[in-house]
Amino acid sequence: MNALSTVDPLFVHGVDGWGVVLLIVVIKVLVGFGALMGSVTLMIWFERKAISDMQSRIGPQRWGPFGILQTLADGIKLFFKEDLIPAEADRFVFKLAPYLALVPAIITFAIVPVGGTLHIAGHVVMLQIANPPMGILLLLAMSGISVYGVMLAGWASGSKYPLISSVRASASMISYEAALGITIVTIVLVTGSLSTHNIVTSQGHEFWHWNVIRLGVVPFVIFWMAITAELGRPPFDVVEADSELVGGFNTEYSSIRFALFYMAEFMNTITMSAIIVTLFFGGPAGWIPNVSHLRWVFPIVWFVVKTTIFCFCFIWFRAALPRFRYDQVMDLGWKRLIPLSLGWMLIVAGFLLRPAYGFIMAAVVMMASTILGRAFLLGSTRETGADAILPTVGARPLPPEVLRAWSEREEEE
Amino acid sequence: MANPLDFFGGFKLTLQHLARPPVTISYPQEKRPKQPRQHGRHVLNRYEDGMEKCIGCELCAGACPVNCIYVRGLDNPPDHPVSPGERYGYVYEINYLRCIHCDLCVEACPTQAITETKMFEFSFTNRADAIYTKAELVVDDDGFPKHLPWEDWREGEAEMTGGWMRATSPSGDAAYEGVVQWTGDLGSGVKAPEAGQSGERDDEATGSKQLRRAFFRHLQPVDVNEDQRGVQGMLTSARAKLPKRFGGSR
Repeated sequence: MNALSTVDPLFVHGVDGWGVVLLIVVIKVLVGFGALMGSVTLMIWFERKAISDMQSRIGPQRWGPFGILQTLADGIKLFFKEDLIPAEADRFVFKLAPYLALVPAIITFAIVPVGGTLHIAGHVVMLQIANPPMGILLLLAMSGISVYGVMLAGWASGSKYPLISSVRASASMISYEAALGITIVTIVLVTGSLSTHNIVTSQGHEFWHWNVIRLGVVPFVIFWMAITAELGRPPFDVVEADSELVGGFNTEYSSIRFALFYMAEFMNTITMSAIIVTLFFGGPAGWIPNVSHLRWVFPIVWFVVKTTIFCFCFIWFRAALPRFRYDQVMDLGWKRLIPLSLGWMLIVAGFLLRPAYGFIMAAVVMMASTILGRAFLLGSTRETGADAILPTVGARPLPPEVLRAWSEREEEE
Repeated sequence: MANPLDFFGGFKLTLQHLARPPVTISYPQEKRPKQPRQHGRHVLNRYEDGMEKCIGCELCAGACPVNCIYVRGLDNPPDHPVSPGERYGYVYEINYLRCIHCDLCVEACPTQAITETKMFEFSFTNRADAIYTKAELVVDDDGFPKHLPWEDWREGEAEMTGGWMRATSPSGDAAYEGVVQWTGDLGSGVKAPEAGQSGERDDEATGSKQLRRAFFRHLQPVDVNEDQRGVQGMLTSARAKLPKRFGGSR
């Protein structure tokens, strides 16, 4: 037994030179990468097709059956287009930013368990590219890095709309990362482990053991909203609000760099759907028929089905909900989601320790939330004092130095 | 205070639309039926004996609000007259870079010589092609409009070159409903009058009914008559069709 074997049973005999273990790892990485890339092209097609159906349009139809190769055609087109770099841009950062957005999106998928375990040539293989001990923290780290892609893209463009977009991206990232983190803490408290593999196995096969039921539905809803905001998908797409910021951070991007951003966005959507399934819906857990062969296929099917449902929900949000105003995004993040997730975490922690503590904690949280709600209500409806009201622009008294400058100029004339 | 459940209205609506057929079509391959009074490019009609209807009176040019029509009349040559009247249209040009397809020329014409087809999809690539002369505007010996290479003619568009204008009066006077006030055209003869604006419009050929049927599931409740909504509407329309099918008293 070595240190690695506690992480992954594949390494129980160590990595035996350039042997089977290394080959298995390489194959896992390649298959995972290929599946992710393939699903991204499918996801882009699916989004365009589903949203056009919801808007009573036809959508892509020209390439392949049902237009399924449209993404490929778009990709080829983008690849051959002119690659522009604005004169004001910071050239190095401008070129770096798309990769900063794409690479974390790919890496995050590595910790998602897509199936159970396999036995190949005497080795136990987990259907999961990596199972690091810090597990779910990698998600937070990577989503933290991916916002650098957006932020630096906007900053390096040397243009104003992208700059505003990058500020918005970092602000909404900060405000929703807190709620996201606290919700993950709730899950980690119940599981007792950070590893995604353990999170999935602890949820068991029956759906009433899944975290979405076990923790009450509230953490799931909070997590879902926060993750939508993190992705910058509608209705939280203030980052690339077309009507306000042209295209947001990718306004100045063209050609394959734009394609990289586009790909990163959809890859993140898939990955986050997979993460939701992993954390709340038991990952690959589900009913398995009593057959002798191919038992390992069914968990993968369950995982894909669940992930597809959440991908569809993200598309559905986009079709159904109008974009939030920027201040509404901030209000929702700071005033509602963070207190709610914090309170729920405390209640869950209390119940884990002893049911009585849980009830006490619930009472305390309810009192605190009443006070907080009262404070928010007061803050929004309070009659401000006379000195707090700014006079209208025309009636505002001008600073003395300005007045003096004006009177001097009049005297000269 | 709005009902909080209204939040889910958008989700419901988008799901409903998911089940409905799309409104849009694959445009260049298939096309919607055109409206009965669609204004397209003009034709100069001829009588059933082959004589041109145009008498070179220039009333169309006078009525044109954008001055896109240029007409010069000339006395008919006595040995082989072009039109049955005294004069005929010697030069007739329409500039389609200017034409707004308002049909005022059609209203002005005393002999129903100029009418409009339903063909509006013509994309010429130079300015000379935009000016249609008499050679392009006058119908051929079969009474059909000439098909120029840059024009996209579809089934039925050539047949519907007019016939409605005085079939019902321009102001919709019911006295003219169903009354033919139209001289015969070369090729198609005397065209049947358009169904009137009152009563039941069963103008399958003219298109408006097909369009309405295509969009029916997307119409807002306010656009659908009270008796045509939902299950009730289905029953009502089925009941309305029954006597027709069995040769009833209608």
